Amino acid sequence: MESRAFQSTLDRLASEIAERTRGLEGKLALVGIRTRGVPLARRLAERIESGTGTRPAIGALDITLYRDDLTTVGAQPIVRNTELPFALDDSWVVLVDDVLFTGRTVRAAITALIDFGRPRKIELLVMVDRGWRELPIQADYVGKALETKREHSVQVLLEEEDGRDEVVLVENGS
Amino acid sequence: MRLQKKDLLDIESLSAEEIALLLDTATSFKEIGTRAIKKVPTLRGRTVVNLFYEPSTRTRVSFEIAAKRLSADAVNVSVSGSSVSKGETLLDTVRNLQAMAPDVLVMRHPASGAPYFVARRLEAAVVNAGDGMHEHPTQALLDAFTIRERKGTLRGLKIAIVGDLLHSRVFRSNVRLLTRMGSAVAVAGPPTLVPPEVEKLGVEVAPSIEDALAGADVVMMLRVQKERMQGAYFPSVREYFRLFALTRARIERARKDVIILHPGPINRGLEIESAVADGPYSLILEQVTNGVAVRMAVLYLLTGAGTEVS
Repeated sequence: MESRAFQSTLDRLASEIAERTRGLEGKLALVGIRTRGVPLARRLAERIESGTGTRPAIGALDITLYRDDLTTVGAQPIVRNTELPFALDDSWVVLVDDVLFTGRTVRAAITALIDFGRPRKIELLVMVDRGWRELPIQADYVGKALETKREHSVQVLLEEEDGRDEVVLVENGS
Repeated sequence: MRLQKKDLLDIESLSAEEIALLLDTATSFKEIGTRAIKKVPTLRGRTVVNLFYEPSTRTRVSFEIAAKRLSADAVNVSVSGSSVSKGETLLDTVRNLQAMAPDVLVMRHPASGAPYFVARRLEAAVVNAGDGMHEHPTQALLDAFTIRERKGTLRGLKIAIVGDLLHSRVFRSNVRLLTRMGSAVAVAGPPTLVPPEVEKLGVEVAPSIEDALAGADVVMMLRVQKERMQGAYFPSVREYFRLFALTRARIERARKDVIILHPGPINRGLEIESAVADGPYSLILEQVTNGVAVRMAVLYLLTGAGTEVS
């Protein structure tokens, strides 16, 4: 996806969220999964605000401590902060991530979120769904579905992190 | 950046980058202690053994809570009520513990260097929770964490460390950490309780507590360790208090935004006046809170690393 298509995808996703959560202003929260879900959540929140006049709450979730592969990776992922500056109980949470692959990150994110409270609903938004799920998880909002091979690597580059908006498919993996 | 170590035995062998990594990681862990559910599943299925050959409330409980908040199983062994009191050697105790495959052994021992002896013979990661008069690395890390949280940095700070320097492993660990991170350390204490050649650690020996406190950003008071004193190091409690205690009058010499630390347990009316220990500059209880976050970071980073036996 080039920058133009990237922007219009974000526009479409924001209006889908606004559509589905109409009447829930004040309850809606976009929670980005670190790292790249966080700027994505912020951008979506801005778009929803300009469409509906109400800015959804924004949060950031670090799932490092909830990973199921810490014992096998043998490395020490850097632990970052989780910030959920709103009342989670009874909220309508849209988890935001860049790429949906095995589903394990999302599983960890749901577990982490539930440790903080009891949202009324948790939905999932991803920029790219590349298939190859290992858990029964699917997204409610999808920017783009990509056919990939298992060994491919899909990267969502973002202005805030990488200096440009682009979806990159690397054939040889990394 | 990662911690390339099997064990945490001292501050001396940590680089500035490794210290910063530990402190940064602890910052993230501190938030967990403020949640309604103070537990994350990170170290599920791991076992942490606390082996304490000396009395301890704060440190042992702190390690136990840190392990439990990470969902590890924590087991406490204290010397009274264990086979040690039946004459078992340290090596035999450790071999038996190893046979039960713990992932981390947290150890306090009255002999300086004991954790090194154990770490060389154990597959588990060993954390030194205080060895004799040598080091107490997690205490220095939590002190640094507390200072950094309030002052934003350790670089360029003036830090006074006052009291029983001779017997203090907290002092030795702190001096190594603070000088490595760019703080200037001035020390003061009764001449009998200042170790010979202490300048070689890179500290300035002040002629009096007043001189050490002048313009200090941080004052770190040390406990008078009566249990390690076999002779008369000072004439009387009254004289010690008069010459070396941190009092309201003395604290005026430090900066207006000074913070006061003490590793505990405090001797009220000996090295510190009660009104100062409970006063507005004191972060003594904040240190205890931070201790849990720092020990969570230590357990997390050590168990994340590979466990090769040297």
